[in-house]
Amino acid sequence: MTARRKSLLAILLGPGAFWITLFFLIPLVLVVVYSFLERRSGGGVLWSFSLDAYVKLFSPTGDTLINDFMMILLRSLWWAALTSFVCLIIGYPLAFFIALQPPSHRTAYLFFVLIPFWTNFLVRTYAWKFILNNNGLLNNLLQALGMKRIALINTPTAVLIGLVYGSLPFMVLPLYASIEKLDFDLVEAAQDLGANYVRVFSRVILPLTMPGIVAGIVLVFIPVSGQYIVPTILGGGKVAMLGNLLAQQFGPALNWPFGSAIAVVFMALLMVGVIFYLRGDAREEEVGL
Amino acid sequence: MTGQRGGIPGSKLLRWGKRLLWANMFFSFFFLYAPIVILVAFSFNDSRLGARWAGFTLKWYGQMLESEAIRIAVRNSLFVAFVSTAISTVLGTMTAIAMERFRFPFRRTYDGILYLPVIIPDIVMAISLLAFFSLSLGWMNNLFGLQGTSSLRPGLTTVIIAHVAFNISFVAIVVRTSLRELDPDFEEAAQDLGADEWTTFRRIILPLIMPGILGGALLAFTLSLDDFVITFFTTGPGGTTLPIEVFGRIRRSISPEINAISTVMLLASMLLVVVSQFVQRRGSTGV
Repeated sequence: MTARRKSLLAILLGPGAFWITLFFLIPLVLVVVYSFLERRSGGGVLWSFSLDAYVKLFSPTGDTLINDFMMILLRSLWWAALTSFVCLIIGYPLAFFIALQPPSHRTAYLFFVLIPFWTNFLVRTYAWKFILNNNGLLNNLLQALGMKRIALINTPTAVLIGLVYGSLPFMVLPLYASIEKLDFDLVEAAQDLGANYVRVFSRVILPLTMPGIVAGIVLVFIPVSGQYIVPTILGGGKVAMLGNLLAQQFGPALNWPFGSAIAVVFMALLMVGVIFYLRGDAREEEVGL
Repeated sequence: MTGQRGGIPGSKLLRWGKRLLWANMFFSFFFLYAPIVILVAFSFNDSRLGARWAGFTLKWYGQMLESEAIRIAVRNSLFVAFVSTAISTVLGTMTAIAMERFRFPFRRTYDGILYLPVIIPDIVMAISLLAFFSLSLGWMNNLFGLQGTSSLRPGLTTVIIAHVAFNISFVAIVVRTSLRELDPDFEEAAQDLGADEWTTFRRIILPLIMPGILGGALLAFTLSLDDFVITFFTTGPGGTTLPIEVFGRIRRSISPEINAISTVMLLASMLLVVVSQFVQRRGSTGV
């Protein structure tokens, strides 16, 4: 590389790299550092080494091995998995349907999947609160039909509905991208060779669209596991997820080292999960080919 | 290829499969749009209690327009969105060019780092920025001896910094896609004809990737306008954006006024989608 090109590269790369380092990477490192420090009662930290935060997170309470904090962390991951699964069950056939339409219609369908993706998440979650509230639309409707009202708001069901609702477009778009690339000649070839529909799907269609499934699950799982808006609005503080826990520790509870430790453990679990998951997928693809 | 799709031999199972696909499609779009339609419809409802229809009114929109808090929040939101979009579009585009047209050490590592702000849960980024700003603003206040009202506090500036921090990555990803799709022959031809690097960039590359840059800018603008979580943890007194204001109202109560604000926000987002689709389509026919 010539000196001129080198300085050009520095000019192009420098400002962005500076911004991302100072305002993204350093803050993340700071959270790791904070997790090993002592709590200061008015918020913030005291600069002396301490493992209190991790001890608090991993120590059992009473006769249960896992304390409430760890429980919320694990529950968030479990709900993220559940949300991914439901989105896949609804999203896969939807993406498949769109891919089967004539090209001119596909654009229109995709456009309608995309609109919620671009609209304000807070507002869309509020729409569900409006529907599910105790004297909300659904309950008014049930009452008008002479049925009993049901308590839905501030329950796990309400939170899960909100999570699926917010995540569905993130699942459909990558699924569509991989189903659209699917070569239907292979489907026909499998059928000519005597494979039934179940076999064609499990042995040909599913493996070939696996990259879309993997991408869709990653795109749903990660944001959902850290959701704050949905459990706050539809869970009303009674159904807490990890996002609420972090907000509480950095907010009213004023225990920054503990909040940091939760974030570090959460990120570590996510990272390990994603690495294993993607590696498993890579192996599957090798076998598939 | 499309002919063969219709040509998959029919059977009872396949017919049922197709019916299920249609049913699932109707269910999905009902699920996606019913809440939005209900929200909009009830913004015209003449009842304070919300979920029971009591006739048509525009008074909630009137109340919204008269609200000083909403006016300030909208102004703050637009200010943050415009400034952060401008900065992140420039920095993101420069980053994209560096990544696509240069080889350098640790390029793969930086490639990975660039994707981090996109995939990291926003709550983690939010608390890390809260910790960072609280520490760094404290240091600066000590360093310059600032106290009381003159001290540096979180506000719109910290929000803008935070929004740029995640938007650089989004812009870079979108622009990199259009750089990758660009035929290298154009650049080579320009250089064969004696154009230097700068001229090639300005006259050839920039116009051709302009739809990508505009697409990235629109995405950044939308993300900034819609962001709640990161803004919530990085803002301070006087730095209330529209999502923050709306969130406060949602937590306090349910009122048709929130439906009216929400409807306007939905319309604004939809307008942005239409504009972005238009930009992208023009881009694809232009090349």
